Amino acid sequence: MTDDVALLLARAGFGPTAAELAVARKTGYAGTLSALLDPSLPDIGATSAPEPRLGMDPFADLPTPTNQQRIEANGIRDRQIEEITRWWLDRMTVTDHQALEKLVFFWHGHWATSVDKVRSPQLMLLQHRTMRGARDFVDMCHKMAVDPALVYWLDGQLNTKASPNENLGRELMELFMLGIGNYTEKDVKEAGRALTGWRVSLGSEACFFQPEQHDSGSKTILGVTGALDTARLVDLLLRRKECPRFVAARMWRRYASSSQPIPEPTREAMAEVFPAPRAMLRVLFEDEAFGATAGSLVKQPVEWLVGGMRQLGLRLGGLPAETLTTILKGLRDLGQLPFVPPSVGGWTAGGSWLTSAAAQVRLALAGTLATLAAVEKLTPDEVAYILCVEGWTDRTYAVLRGVKDPRHLLILAMASPEYLVT
Amino acid sequence: MDALTRRRFLLASGVAGAGALMAGTTAIGIAELLRKGDRAVAGSQGQVLVLVTLYGGNDGLNTVIPYADPAYHSLRPELAYPQEKVLHLDDALGLNPKLPGLKRLWDEKRLAIVSGVGYPRPDLSHFRSMDIWQTASPLTPIHTGWVGRWLDGTRASPEMAVSFEPVLPVLLAGETRAGACVSIGGLTLPEGIDAKMVAELGRPQPGEPAMQAQAATSYTDLLQVERLVREVEHADDADDKGGEPAVPATGTGGASALSTQLSLVARCVEAGVPTRVYSVSLGGFDTHAAEIAGHEMLLGQLDAALTSFVDRMGQTEAGRQVTVLVYSEFGRRVVANASQGTDHGTAGPVFVLGHRVAGGFYGEQPSLADLDNGDLKSNVDFRQVFGTVLDSVLQADPAKYIDGYQGEPMRFVPVG
Repeated sequence: MTDDVALLLARAGFGPTAAELAVARKTGYAGTLSALLDPSLPDIGATSAPEPRLGMDPFADLPTPTNQQRIEANGIRDRQIEEITRWWLDRMTVTDHQALEKLVFFWHGHWATSVDKVRSPQLMLLQHRTMRGARDFVDMCHKMAVDPALVYWLDGQLNTKASPNENLGRELMELFMLGIGNYTEKDVKEAGRALTGWRVSLGSEACFFQPEQHDSGSKTILGVTGALDTARLVDLLLRRKECPRFVAARMWRRYASSSQPIPEPTREAMAEVFPAPRAMLRVLFEDEAFGATAGSLVKQPVEWLVGGMRQLGLRLGGLPAETLTTILKGLRDLGQLPFVPPSVGGWTAGGSWLTSAAAQVRLALAGTLATLAAVEKLTPDEVAYILCVEGWTDRTYAVLRGVKDPRHLLILAMASPEYLVT
Repeated sequence: MDALTRRRFLLASGVAGAGALMAGTTAIGIAELLRKGDRAVAGSQGQVLVLVTLYGGNDGLNTVIPYADPAYHSLRPELAYPQEKVLHLDDALGLNPKLPGLKRLWDEKRLAIVSGVGYPRPDLSHFRSMDIWQTASPLTPIHTGWVGRWLDGTRASPEMAVSFEPVLPVLLAGETRAGACVSIGGLTLPEGIDAKMVAELGRPQPGEPAMQAQAATSYTDLLQVERLVREVEHADDADDKGGEPAVPATGTGGASALSTQLSLVARCVEAGVPTRVYSVSLGGFDTHAAEIAGHEMLLGQLDAALTSFVDRMGQTEAGRQVTVLVYSEFGRRVVANASQGTDHGTAGPVFVLGHRVAGGFYGEQPSLADLDNGDLKSNVDFRQVFGTVLDSVLQADPAKYIDGYQGEPMRFVPVG
């Protein structure tokens, strides 16, 4: 096991504060790991960011909206989408249970569903609660297969006996449960048939089953034959030996390294404790291979922003609307806004976050945060302490030493290559 | 395009899964790209394709106008152009009055218009329809674009296909390879931060981790790109080709005007850069309301940018190897809506321009008397059009990269 408590905190959560890092150093690696994954204290921080109450989707009781009604309802949706986005980013910032929150963010990227197509903030929030509340991966898969946002996102509501749509069936295998190469095109088609018959209801915020649209005939999927339906298909996929290994590899990519494949012993050890996600993470963080990935993972834009806000003592709640808009636009321009993953494959990783276009947006966003932080005096060493950066390279140290204004110092430190990688 | 911006389009595109982008997009600066150029070989490295994407759904009926059809005037009285204003191409069709440059290229036989291009069972979501055009897969959503698959198939390096967009469009994403993303937005830094500080931040340090070094490089790239874009814009001003107003509010964050993008393409082509496919774009065509003014402004920009590019390309051997293809994810409804705009529609015209192009009409103008639920019926599958440029411009087998491609290529870029 590595001793690198700072690495553990940076990867398991969104970015530790200097105080949290100091406590963790005193507590040691094992104690910190337990506190992260099995927190014994209640989440006081999160109580200051209660989940928004949205009420019913504005389109739920408008079966045939007029143009004017459509414009108004879309306006409500846009405001509510911004509301849930702001809420979640704020909760990431203030929650004491950093690792559990980060895990929810991981699952969002795993079951990547975008409000751009789903449009309903209510359905997105419902999906969010489902991932947050799932007992384990088994429970999560069963619920996600009939989650209205996911079903709508992958055209499940168009999937009927008469005209089957294979979108959801394919992604269940390729991106959510097995990984590419572990099934055939025939399996995809048959899985599509097993999933037929679901419709999405905005009013009840649920999927409902229409038996007459379901293909109840016999299917053969991955060697199993029978009148398979959604629940039996999910069970069947969960029983495949590839499933735990696929989930382990997806966790490795986000928590350890996006460029190196997961070492086989690590993968097998994680698969051993499947389907409990926290147990899998514990195995990962206790593995020697995890410590060896230090310095190789690029922060996702959300991690960079939320971590920075935590370290500077800022939060989105209570910011003026204009500043909030600037920050959300910045995140969007960096390519990562919660609830808007680019595709069902989720967000990218590694060097793709480091384009020159992103460099400029990051500098501007750091400028916004540094203004909010309003620090009066700062040295390069102090800013390293605040941002939990182990140390500056000669290059960055020289740049930081050259500026006097603490605001400028903060901008450059947050933009520094050292701060972008964990 | 208001709610759904161009950038969101790109992000929303199905770049996913096991595709090359999971491994990381290649983000390179234009300086690096130009360094790969060799003027000595400019023009001898094969033909070049420039794809111009009009995001938002261009109103084809008010671009190539069936002015002689009484149905055009009766179906959309609020939006129809009077006969005498239209730039006549033949006795049935004419160009929008804001496209005089394209009219000249038409007269010079350097503009081909493929009419009525679409695909079966049109999808009216921007998101999905743009995906369909870029992946060339109308029935099944897939994660690769047709140019990306060509990169895979030819084992090409990333700079063979270049996008001047902040985010790589799915068009250029293959299964194992992806095109390069070259950023060209102008440089704006927070108050108190100057280019020198950014340059220092970009200095690589011996022994630093690879990703950290790449983060540093992104700052160097940012400055190089800025310098080059400024040079290009400056040179264009000197040539009196500037003056294009900024792209109207598309919320694209860092994207730049079409003419700037095309100037950079021109520079790269003249410099002998090995790139075979360029992807550039103009957004804002989602004209749901008060269409005429907004659409005319966009067409004016398109006309100026395309015309000066094609003229400039005609002056060098390398430039004469360039073919431009202009498309949009769909056309618009024939009948106007209640807001003097049009809602999402179906088939539309595709423009093909360049020195090698055999000008004239291809395909068949959809009939206004035979509508499908108020929408035009397409007569040409877009896969035939893309297949043709794969065949004639990239000298590749269309069937290998476009599922559902059938039969003979069209003849708008004669071989040889």
